[in-house]
Amino acid sequence: MKEPYDGPILEIDGLSISFFTRLREIPAVMDFSVKVQPGEAVGLVGESGCGKSTVALGVMRDLGRNGRIVGGAIRFKGRDMADLSDSELRQIRGNEIAMIYQEPMASLNPAMKIDRQLMEVPMLHEGISEAQARSRALEVVADVKLPDPERILKAYPHQLSGGQQQRIVIAMALMSKPALLILDEPTTALDVTVEASIVELVKDLGRKYGTSMLFISHNLGLVLETCDQICVMYSGEAVERGSIEDVFDQMQHPYTQALFRSIPLPGADKNAHPLVAIPGNFPLPHERPKGCNFGPRCDYFEAGRCDAGHIPMFDVPGNERQSTRCVRFREIDWASPPTIGATHEKGEAGKVVLRMEALKKYYKVAANALFGGEKKVVKANETLSFEARESETLAIVGESGCGKSTFAKVLMGLETATEGQILLDGKNIEQIPIEKRDTKTIADVQMVFQNPFDTLNPSMTVGRQIIRALEIFGIGKTEADRHRRMLELLDLVKLPREFAGRMPRQLSGGQKQRVGIARAFAGDARIVVADEPVSALDVSVQAAVTDLLMEIQREQKTTLLFISHDLSIVRYLSDRVMVMYLGHVVELGDTAQVFSPPFHPYTEALLSAVPIADTSVKKKHIVLEGDVPSAMNPPPGCPFQTRCRWKSRVPGDLCETEVPPMRRMAEGHQVKCHLSEAEFVTMEPVIEVRTEDA
Amino acid sequence: MEPLTWAEIIPRILWQFLPVWIALLGLFALSITFKRRLGFYGKLFDSTIGMIGFALVMFWIFTGIFGAMDLIVTHDALAQASGMKNKVPGTPLRGAEAGEYPYYLLGGDNLARDVFSRTIKGSWIVVQIAPLATLFAFMVGITLGLPAGYYGGKLDTLLTFVANLVLAFPVILLFYLLVTPEIVATGIPSYMAAVLFVFPLIFAGVLLNSRYQTRPAVRTPLLVGVLAGMGWLYLSLISDAGTPLKVLPRWLDLFDVPGGILVVFVAVVFVNAPTVFRIVRGLTLDIKTRDYVAAAQTRGEGGWYIMLWEILPNARGPLIVDFCLRIGYTTILLGTLGFFGLGMPPESPDWGSTINEGRKLLTIYLHPALPPAFALLSLVLGLNLLADGLREESLRD
Amino acid sequence: MAIFLLRRLGVMLLTTLCLTFVVFWLTNLQPNLEKLAKTQGNMRMTDAQVASWLEARGYARPILMKYGEWLGVVPGFVNLSADGSVQARCLDDGMTIETAPRYCGVLQGEWGYSTVFREDVSDIISIRLGLTAKLMLWVMILMVPSALLLGVLAGMREGSRTDRALSTISITTTATPEYVSGVILIAVFASSAVGLKWFKGTATSAMEDANFENFFLPVLTIALFGMGYIARMTRASMAEVMTAQYIRTARLKGVSFPNIVMKHALRNALIAPFTVIMLQFPWLLNGVVIVETLFNYKGFGWTLVQAAGNNDIELLLGVSVVSVIVVLVTQLISDIGYVYLNPRISVS
Repeated sequence: MKEPYDGPILEIDGLSISFFTRLREIPAVMDFSVKVQPGEAVGLVGESGCGKSTVALGVMRDLGRNGRIVGGAIRFKGRDMADLSDSELRQIRGNEIAMIYQEPMASLNPAMKIDRQLMEVPMLHEGISEAQARSRALEVVADVKLPDPERILKAYPHQLSGGQQQRIVIAMALMSKPALLILDEPTTALDVTVEASIVELVKDLGRKYGTSMLFISHNLGLVLETCDQICVMYSGEAVERGSIEDVFDQMQHPYTQALFRSIPLPGADKNAHPLVAIPGNFPLPHERPKGCNFGPRCDYFEAGRCDAGHIPMFDVPGNERQSTRCVRFREIDWASPPTIGATHEKGEAGKVVLRMEALKKYYKVAANALFGGEKKVVKANETLSFEARESETLAIVGESGCGKSTFAKVLMGLETATEGQILLDGKNIEQIPIEKRDTKTIADVQMVFQNPFDTLNPSMTVGRQIIRALEIFGIGKTEADRHRRMLELLDLVKLPREFAGRMPRQLSGGQKQRVGIARAFAGDARIVVADEPVSALDVSVQAAVTDLLMEIQREQKTTLLFISHDLSIVRYLSDRVMVMYLGHVVELGDTAQVFSPPFHPYTEALLSAVPIADTSVKKKHIVLEGDVPSAMNPPPGCPFQTRCRWKSRVPGDLCETEVPPMRRMAEGHQVKCHLSEAEFVTMEPVIEVRTEDA
Repeated sequence: MEPLTWAEIIPRILWQFLPVWIALLGLFALSITFKRRLGFYGKLFDSTIGMIGFALVMFWIFTGIFGAMDLIVTHDALAQASGMKNKVPGTPLRGAEAGEYPYYLLGGDNLARDVFSRTIKGSWIVVQIAPLATLFAFMVGITLGLPAGYYGGKLDTLLTFVANLVLAFPVILLFYLLVTPEIVATGIPSYMAAVLFVFPLIFAGVLLNSRYQTRPAVRTPLLVGVLAGMGWLYLSLISDAGTPLKVLPRWLDLFDVPGGILVVFVAVVFVNAPTVFRIVRGLTLDIKTRDYVAAAQTRGEGGWYIMLWEILPNARGPLIVDFCLRIGYTTILLGTLGFFGLGMPPESPDWGSTINEGRKLLTIYLHPALPPAFALLSLVLGLNLLADGLREESLRD
Repeated sequence: MAIFLLRRLGVMLLTTLCLTFVVFWLTNLQPNLEKLAKTQGNMRMTDAQVASWLEARGYARPILMKYGEWLGVVPGFVNLSADGSVQARCLDDGMTIETAPRYCGVLQGEWGYSTVFREDVSDIISIRLGLTAKLMLWVMILMVPSALLLGVLAGMREGSRTDRALSTISITTTATPEYVSGVILIAVFASSAVGLKWFKGTATSAMEDANFENFFLPVLTIALFGMGYIARMTRASMAEVMTAQYIRTARLKGVSFPNIVMKHALRNALIAPFTVIMLQFPWLLNGVVIVETLFNYKGFGWTLVQAAGNNDIELLLGVSVVSVIVVLVTQLISDIGYVYLNPRISVS
């Protein structure tokens, strides 16, 4: 039974967790403390491998066979979790503490209907009848704003979309009205607009049910939007703790500062205000330095003090509940601006190298993978037209299923176009599959892939892979020539030359991505398609890889087609932006034209959905209903009409019946929308930077 | 002379295996010392299960090799000694001459031959045929499975249908149909051999060509050399005086495989290849979605380069594991063939035939059937444990 | 679903046709026919006599035509020789050439005549198949539940002592083919020299009257080999399911361990082994042949050996057709069952 309790809901005190392997003990979390008050949301932020998920599993006492709590205490409502018996623990799990995870599909049982999975919780903990449990389930499913709860309850998980699944996972967590909700990267696997609606939901429900939350994320912007308190972790330790305002505006730890300087906030610009990447790499758990873990990468490092020994948390005077794990925090001038690397003149875009004209790509697919059935046409790309110039960055923005990957395939020659033209230097290449392209064309158009763990062949050395690219592009006459060129390419991407002999598994994610870039530039590529090249990387590494791309682009006058869903990074580095939705280009123009103010309702929603880690930014709140429709079964008329909030302003049923024409606004700015000119004029920017503290 | 008791027999048998013990000890000492530098093979020595399996397998491999060198055996495996028919283990040899081993350590069989020596000699047959046949099955399965998985479409449909056809055929029936003397006389197994054994050639040719295509100066001599060598071996293998396929003249024919063995070999490759095909196809379907395959495609690599150098090396873990399991399975199949008296010459000391002979008097005399039965059991068990150990270690990182 | 079934049946039919044709071709090769002529006619026939014997009985015609006749889609062979004697494929005792049917193949239910048993093939097969069905029924009853139990128990706590022990057992049984385990079991339990003498070393009497004493050993011998394999599949599948995220979800919902296994893991874990069990059938036939030979149980497998060993062409064809069909039907069942077990595959 739940007893009323008014102390802190969760108190973690000096927690240390280690994993034991055959070879050694690997400390995953060290000396970690945090307090969660009733009704409060605490954000736990850090890069992958910093131990934030381990903390959550430690609270749930679910560390697997190798994990063990080696020190400290976790008190839930004043009771030490270590004293609980197995059955007491089970009574708390799901009932008083509930958890929400990253992969919604994986966290639902595929062979069990939704209603069973939901009803199980209260039936188990409160012993209520099946009928009562079912009516509770209906209520909660309605609470998480799912349409048609009855139908949803009878469905299997695979019949729901990703966003709906995550709502079910949230519903499941709320079934027993827990006192504490642990959310482990709950939106990472979702599209941005879906993420925004889930975040909104979690905030609302937290308030409605009065639940305390522990929100784990790598995304500072998301934490800003959801939490009251924040705890920043680095390499197994909490390095800074405090209220959102204190930490965001008056940070007291070099890592926190470095983190903020490496993410693209509004106002950052690749030429005038470039990002400051954190040098070096995240230390492996068994290679942590003595003293401050961040020491080797810190600008304020002082030998003899920072590496002298264990560093405790210091309370920051003046700011209640803020503390930092830095011995020098009183001496550092936190307000001094970062030493900016080289700033650059804005590069001039050169001649047009690539032109797409009314490109169409349709696929025929079987409606049912296992049983065949009639074929359906998927319109992956609809009349794509744009041009790209030398040394220009064109960002292609959209969520999953918008057709950006198909477009890349057609450009690369892995697929041929259904209709339309692709002109590379005035030559048509849309119907030439890659086997028929000449080496020069292939070497000119290259690609950088998204997933660093997948981009390199795991069973070939780094050097060999680059040399193979050189061989195939016919560069170098002898083996020695190519070897020399390979080493130069490693220099180009700022990797040590010894890496030539390493296997990909010995490299970190960022390093692998650099090798991928080196390989793409092996044949002096003039057009590089970068498919979300940094989205799978940690924040601190993202800046470095982005900068590298920019630098190579400046030197080689490359045309960069930057595919991304993250508008922050797009705003930071792109010259022009193309927004895609369900195979259509909905808006195209200069970065400034597209962003301030956005004209197309989808661009507007997309901009609003991206969380921004800056307390001085005011953002309009637009939450899209529902999910992206399937490309197999697109809505009639305007592709965005099912989720558009401006639809009512268009007279008649124009939106439902007719695909809007591509309208030219200003020079080079195009929008595919039925809204009238007058409506466009009234559009406001989504993001406003409050200027009082600038 | 008195018959030996079990307390005397066991030390004597262990002593006979002395060369095997020395070889095993040496191998393990070396491997464990340098295990950190031996890659995938070295990691095997981190797993107890894997080490036990490896030890069992190597025991029989060494036994096979040393047995073939007449080191371990006590008597001629085919010789019959008078008065030794069905004698129990440890019976002294009647009228043993000087220099002859004075006992039948594991007794005599129904033709008065030494069971111990026959079991040892039988291991050589298994150790030769099983891995080789499995290797050939893998060559066939890989060469067909990669394009089926990679290209898909009609090719895949056709190859999968054929593979399923062979798989739906009851193995035992297939053996009866393929291995009977009447069918052998028509030369069908020889033609099948000619088709199946050409796959390693195709495999090696395509492998090297795709790799060195960009460097013709290296490629051409290499390819010519390798293919000529392998081609000669291939022709020697398939050309045989007794069969319709007599391609090579006598003086060029390097070796002859005894007819029965070749047929057995073909049958075993034929039934194993479709399963390997299915595994390779499945792995290819999985790996071809990886970005490094897309990267290879976008730089214009040919299909075979991608299949053989980007996909195949990364499928090696599951394939090595399956290779071990499949050798075990092939051993069982060979035993089955021997058990039904198919293919192997009647005198053959292979384990299956020996078990078959021994079982007829099984309720009275146990000793002729049990040693080969336990030998086969331990080898297959070893291979299974080895596969398990490999699987465990390959999943570890 | 109907389209799916139809398509599968179509593929099945095609497979059966292909396979039976291969068997027909292999059994009707010239050396086989010559041997047949000599065993049926006279051992000392000359080559010319053999040729005319085959000619007279229609064996010397194109293979496709003979296959069509056997199948029953081509009219049966009729030979009116000069001396007035009639050789016709469809001529049975007590028929004249006028009353004999035109077609007599498998499709008409005419499976032919066994030269070894001197009986109709269809009679032999139905009796023998019944005996083997009895054997297989008991094998399944013994093998499937124990294999699943073994696999689930081992897989639910991967790496535990129970797992190690049970896995070793299942690996050992997969490493023991029927002819090895049969020999060992007979030696231990049925040998008259040493051993326990609990069971009988032969199962001939089990054909009429099966009891524990004469039937347990053959059943156990087949079951053991298949059991290890299924158990290992189940274990792997179970172990994988137990590490799945949704099992963690269930655990963190506060579900107790037995309930996690029963309610959340089991159904998901059984999807893969189900297919495996069904696909075991072609291999089980192997075991059946070995065990029936070893224990002298005159079922379907034993018949196969007799037919193949004695060049009994029509019987061998019949046996092949039946075994191929059994294999294909089990595959179809496995496909359908898979669809029903796995809710992720929707049937439109």
